[in-house]
Amino acid sequence: MLAPITLWLLAFQVVPLLLILVASFASRGRYGGIVYKFGVHNYVRFLDPLYLDILVDSVGVAALTTAICLLIGYPFAYFLAQQPLSRRHVLLLLVVIPFWTNLLTRTYAWMIILRGNGLLNTWLMGLGIISEPIEILYTMGASVLGLVYVLLPFMVLPLYASIEKFDHRMLRAAYDLGATPWQAFRKVMLPLTMPGVIAGSIFVFIPSLALFFIIDLLGGARTILIGNLIHRQFTQARDWPFGAAASVILTVMSLVLIFLYVRFFNHETERVDA
Amino acid sequence: MGRWGKRLLGLHAWLVFAFLYLPIVVLVAFSFNASRLNVVWEGFTLQWYGEMVRDAAIVRAARNSLIVATVSTIVSTLLGTLTAFALARHRFRWKRWLEGLLYIPIILPEIVMGISLLAFFALVGMRLSLTTMIIAHITFCAAFVSVVVRARLHGLDRTLERAAMDLGANEWRTFWKVTFPLVSPGIIAGALIAFTLSLDDVIISFFTAGPGSTTLPLYVLSMVRLGVNPKVNALSATMLVVTFLLMTIAYLLPMGRRMRRAATGGQDQPGQII
Amino acid sequence: MDGIDLTVHEGEFLTLLGPSGCGKTTTLMMMAGFETPTEGRILIDGQDVTHKPAFQRPLNTVFQNYALFPHMTIFDNVAFGLRMRRLPEAEVRRRVYEHLEMVQLRGFERRYPWQLSGGQQQRVALARAIVNSPRVLLLDEPLGALDLKLRREMQGELKKLQRHLGITFIYVTHDQDEALSMSDRIAVMNRGRIEQLGTAAEIYERPRSRFVAEFIGETNLLPARIVEQRDRSTLVDILGIIGRLTTHRYPQSEVYASIRPERIRLASSDEPGVEGRVWDTVYAGPVVQVLVHIPGTDEPLQVIAPPGTHLARVYPGEAVRLTWDSEDVVLVA
Repeated sequence: MLAPITLWLLAFQVVPLLLILVASFASRGRYGGIVYKFGVHNYVRFLDPLYLDILVDSVGVAALTTAICLLIGYPFAYFLAQQPLSRRHVLLLLVVIPFWTNLLTRTYAWMIILRGNGLLNTWLMGLGIISEPIEILYTMGASVLGLVYVLLPFMVLPLYASIEKFDHRMLRAAYDLGATPWQAFRKVMLPLTMPGVIAGSIFVFIPSLALFFIIDLLGGARTILIGNLIHRQFTQARDWPFGAAASVILTVMSLVLIFLYVRFFNHETERVDA
Repeated sequence: MGRWGKRLLGLHAWLVFAFLYLPIVVLVAFSFNASRLNVVWEGFTLQWYGEMVRDAAIVRAARNSLIVATVSTIVSTLLGTLTAFALARHRFRWKRWLEGLLYIPIILPEIVMGISLLAFFALVGMRLSLTTMIIAHITFCAAFVSVVVRARLHGLDRTLERAAMDLGANEWRTFWKVTFPLVSPGIIAGALIAFTLSLDDVIISFFTAGPGSTTLPLYVLSMVRLGVNPKVNALSATMLVVTFLLMTIAYLLPMGRRMRRAATGGQDQPGQII
Repeated sequence: MDGIDLTVHEGEFLTLLGPSGCGKTTTLMMMAGFETPTEGRILIDGQDVTHKPAFQRPLNTVFQNYALFPHMTIFDNVAFGLRMRRLPEAEVRRRVYEHLEMVQLRGFERRYPWQLSGGQQQRVALARAIVNSPRVLLLDEPLGALDLKLRREMQGELKKLQRHLGITFIYVTHDQDEALSMSDRIAVMNRGRIEQLGTAAEIYERPRSRFVAEFIGETNLLPARIVEQRDRSTLVDILGIIGRLTTHRYPQSEVYASIRPERIRLASSDEPGVEGRVWDTVYAGPVVQVLVHIPGTDEPLQVIAPPGTHLARVYPGEAVRLTWDSEDVVLVA
């Protein structure tokens, strides 16, 4: 019963990935093909400040996106968890609906809003707040906005799950023992909802590294992060081995994060249960 | 938490909802806007929808999308369901490995999956076409279907099958009369999710599509790079509504919540995806 | 499981009684065909069914959580077994209505399980099993999820039903009151073995092992020393009182004497007695429970005093002398 799926995945998932791994050590042919001259030169290129910057920027953007999602998402998830059960179903559904719709079209919608002569600028100018259109589209900021927009539900759902399980009477106990609201939050609520925080962060961070077309469309030609870099190698630059190496690095980053999450999760759930 | 704190929290929540829905509303609204520029409202019109339907390129792209989605859905649902059953019902030595293998399409950044398949097809000398795209889609859809069906199987009360056998049904009849009817909502949900994932897919499709196999998202992507375009508005709005409808059906399947709760032995919760 | 040897009589109400983990449900599941014994055989009416799957055995089960099919109406649930045997629809209809009537659920045919209360679901599960006229009905703690009052009611109903139908019932429970009140015979189980098989009276009054003595009802276990063993009687020393018991031989010289609290009374002046001091009295409505501390023992002696007796009126700290009849003593290892 399992033979078909195993064979399929081995053929179309594992083999291609191994291929990429191998290719990452190969070299670019004169006209863009792959030449089987092996070495670590593709990886070494990443030590070049140009590419290092890209890596750092990518991680930075992902981290910023995650932080913003967390800051916006936590109070929001808390609000959801406070609602009476009947309302909660509906509200959760409302949160999840945008997530179901097409990523591309939603990104496109932001383009409409953020353009030089788009909605936002027209509106702001109409209100007299600014006299000239602000350039929001085609900046790094727009990319972050797009990423936050698209990935917010991924942060909210795990957070909600964690906060919902949290026993709010513990906060009352903390107040009773003299804690201020901020202290109660920091020392009681946050540690106990940490599984949700970590899960949400991972679900936002990893895609932030990989959703290159959002960054492409909203960030313009000036913004290059690792996703766009890989994309470029396989289209314009035709340097497949280099693209493969970049992909390997991206994959390794994702795997490391997931591994840490699994370790943390097992460790933390034991601690919290105890 | 004080009254002001509660008010603030509520305000924050509504702002987040507004943020989530703003682009969608803008997109749909402007698809009916008589003005080309998407800035001021100049009157209601269905002109863009009309143009969209008459555009040969769009029609072709829609046809491709449907073909790819349908074939991928059928095959991946079959594969995924078989896998879910095998995993849920049997124990065997390399179960862990297979489970891990199944998670790869889900957690791997799409761009890495896309380029790896591109490299694979190049290596085996397969030209990019609808077929290669279908293969790619099946690969990630099957994994999702198996997760969804497995979740449903997992929550199913095992004693129901024992009861059927106790009353004289052999394994085959137990499956058809008890197990299958109770799992089928999960299978249908999985199929709908697969269909939507396939319709919406951008990144993997980008790397595995041949020259004549543009799908709707790829069409939108190419158009969007050239700037804002009212036909694309109409197309995007349509795609939004279609995917939204599909997913709503997947969520609110024929089986009422009460029956779901009974079938899972009392463990239905808000936010549960199935 | 540690080795079970059990013969069930036709038409009897047999209960498997024991604490969680003792193996009673496993035994039931082996009978039903959902677990296979590593060694041994299972025979129904002389036929070996050990390797027959559940759907080929002439018995039916009422499961602990009822296991009603949520996607079928009550009618279809009850009809399921009959339809599996491909009975003509007219016959199916007749039997289903008849049995729904029997469990007082006529009129509920078109409803779904989740529309019924726990007690009603339980009765549907019962009807669904009985309608197939099984040789044996297996019941796995069917009343566990019901509240006390409902449970008592259902116990009576089940017993009546069993007598009326004449089907052999094999019942699993951990509730000893339930077992004692409903069963013809009880098999007390512990750690995968049957410790004792007998009627309720036999088990209560003549427990054969320490476990059974302690599990069923309340008892006092006092250290006893065998003084002399003869063919038909044994001389035993319990806390200084020597008594003669007609009992089996015991290999060890250190055994325990099990004496039920209601069998202990105040000793009159010409009887031998054990000295002690009243530690506490508990008013329990129909009786008074008296706890007496006996020097040389760890646990206080539990005594049940009928109302109106002198023993019922003692107060904590008072010195008393207690005794019992030798026939009420049971030796356990």
